[in-house]
Amino acid sequence: MEILNKLLDKTALSTLIERFGKAGKEVYAPVKENGITDFAKVDTIDKIDFECIATKQSAKSLVFPRVEKILSFEKSYDDISVKNVDINAFPEVVALGSRPCDAAGFIPLDAIFSTDHVDEIFNARLKKLTVISISCKKADEYCFCTSVNGNPGNTAGSDILLTEISDSTYFAEIVTEKGKAILDANTDLFKDTSAIDKTPHLADVKQEFTAEAINEKLNNLFESDIWDKQALRCVGCGACAYVCPACGCFDIQDENKGNKGIRYRCWDSCGFGLFTLHTSGHNPREKQSQRWRQRIFHKFSYQMVQQKQFGCVGCGRCSRACPADMNIAEHLKEISIN
Amino acid sequence: MENKNIYVPYKMKIEKVTEEAPFVKTFRLKFMNDEDAEKFNFRTGQFGEYSVYGEGESTFCIASAPTRKGYIECTFREAGRVTKALANMGEGDIIGFRGPYGNIFPIEEWKGKNLLFIAGGIALPPMRSVIWNCLDLRENFKDVTILYGARSVADLVYKHELKEWEERPDVKLVTTVDPGGETPEWNGKVGFVPTVLSEISPSSENTIAIVCGPPVMIKYTFPVLEKLGFTDENIFTTLENRMKCGFGKCGRCNVGKVFVCKDGPVFTLKQMKELPAEY
Repeated sequence: MEILNKLLDKTALSTLIERFGKAGKEVYAPVKENGITDFAKVDTIDKIDFECIATKQSAKSLVFPRVEKILSFEKSYDDISVKNVDINAFPEVVALGSRPCDAAGFIPLDAIFSTDHVDEIFNARLKKLTVISISCKKADEYCFCTSVNGNPGNTAGSDILLTEISDSTYFAEIVTEKGKAILDANTDLFKDTSAIDKTPHLADVKQEFTAEAINEKLNNLFESDIWDKQALRCVGCGACAYVCPACGCFDIQDENKGNKGIRYRCWDSCGFGLFTLHTSGHNPREKQSQRWRQRIFHKFSYQMVQQKQFGCVGCGRCSRACPADMNIAEHLKEISIN
Repeated sequence: MENKNIYVPYKMKIEKVTEEAPFVKTFRLKFMNDEDAEKFNFRTGQFGEYSVYGEGESTFCIASAPTRKGYIECTFREAGRVTKALANMGEGDIIGFRGPYGNIFPIEEWKGKNLLFIAGGIALPPMRSVIWNCLDLRENFKDVTILYGARSVADLVYKHELKEWEERPDVKLVTTVDPGGETPEWNGKVGFVPTVLSEISPSSENTIAIVCGPPVMIKYTFPVLEKLGFTDENIFTTLENRMKCGFGKCGRCNVGKVFVCKDGPVFTLKQMKELPAEY
């Protein structure tokens, strides 16, 4: 649909949150606790941390939880009953105050879970999620969204994008039908306006390279010493994958108690040595540098072939989380000029 | 929303257990729900995820042929957590099965050709499905040769079927065991599969080679086939990367631009040469 331009008073946000609550929707927003800002359930506006550049974890757990039940089972003497997880029982969720990079992350994630075999669990959660993002007026040295087809005021993946244009007002872009449903239910809060140039109100994120250039370079870079060099510091902790809004790899594990049990889907990472280890002991990617290469190739080459999406939105979370201080933007820049 | 879930397995009853070799068993599985049995269809080369509830899932090919209706079979070696639990199960026990997943051996395209099957050790099971499928449609193919090798006589699987193939006039079966693996009664060949292959030196003329075995066997068999004049398009194999989901989402079996689970597991040597060697 064509984007609708509106104005929203900042104070109207608390009314919105209240109305979402009354409508049975759960609102998740950045909340600072013990010095760390992450998405948490809120019922009032004063809990929300609007200043945070990027939450530590991305918003992906709203549609792809870190550990998620996929079925349960119960054994009796001569039978086993298997119970499907009830996707209709998933709550309606509003992500409020996510960043454009968070919202953009839902796109490659959706592509993974919807290409060929449709993952109903993921899709049910995504269908029940409304994303109200807030454009970035600040960025830090880790941000590189503009190098991977994003920008601090990017509407992709958001249902509504709010951009702060004054101390009291947001410029609201209604992007999707889901966004329009919120507009229609709250017409008293939104005022008409013509299109507004957001640029003066957005952070300046310098473009250092392009995702297309990386994609092109990778065609001839599989056998290169650049992977050993870059991965020298990598400890294989997998933190980069856990905080990544676009990483969708997972493991499936059973947990058993007596005659009952649950089968879970849990986040996993191509950075772990166990990820590809065969039972025979053979490991197709036995060195950390091969696993680092897989991470970059998957995001910038393979995913483009498999799902026509890049698997990176430039949020910089992996670099912020890395205990060995690997900076993905620097590494990508190095690849782009290799 | 319709409450569908691609992770829920079919409920299967173990109908028959065959001890094949030390730590290797074959299960014949029957669908417990008639509706599932009716809907279920697979083609040779495909695989599935087998669950022991409480332990997890394990990936094996479907070792029976689609021409044999009413059941599926899997052959596995007791090696990890799930296969250990499977090995402890017996006739009448219930397990889960998800599938079929993956691509197929294109046996339609092989009509009118000679077939050369080369298998090593526990890699005969993925091949058994396609062998029986082709033998059940025997008139579609010319000469059928099966070369099968194992570490020792005890490690040969499907012994009763090997005997059946040996006795068939329309199948040429060559069995071999690694040097030192023979018994006094052994009347097959002694030697590694690639060596025996160059010894029997089959013609590559109008012939498809299907190779499956441990990485080291594969590595030394391809050059022999190439020397015999087989082209990369006419050499098929089935890859076995570690998998969890089976349908291209969990990321584990991603090799280059393909998922072994979704785009494979059957590949020609030509396709394999286009992939990074991460298998």
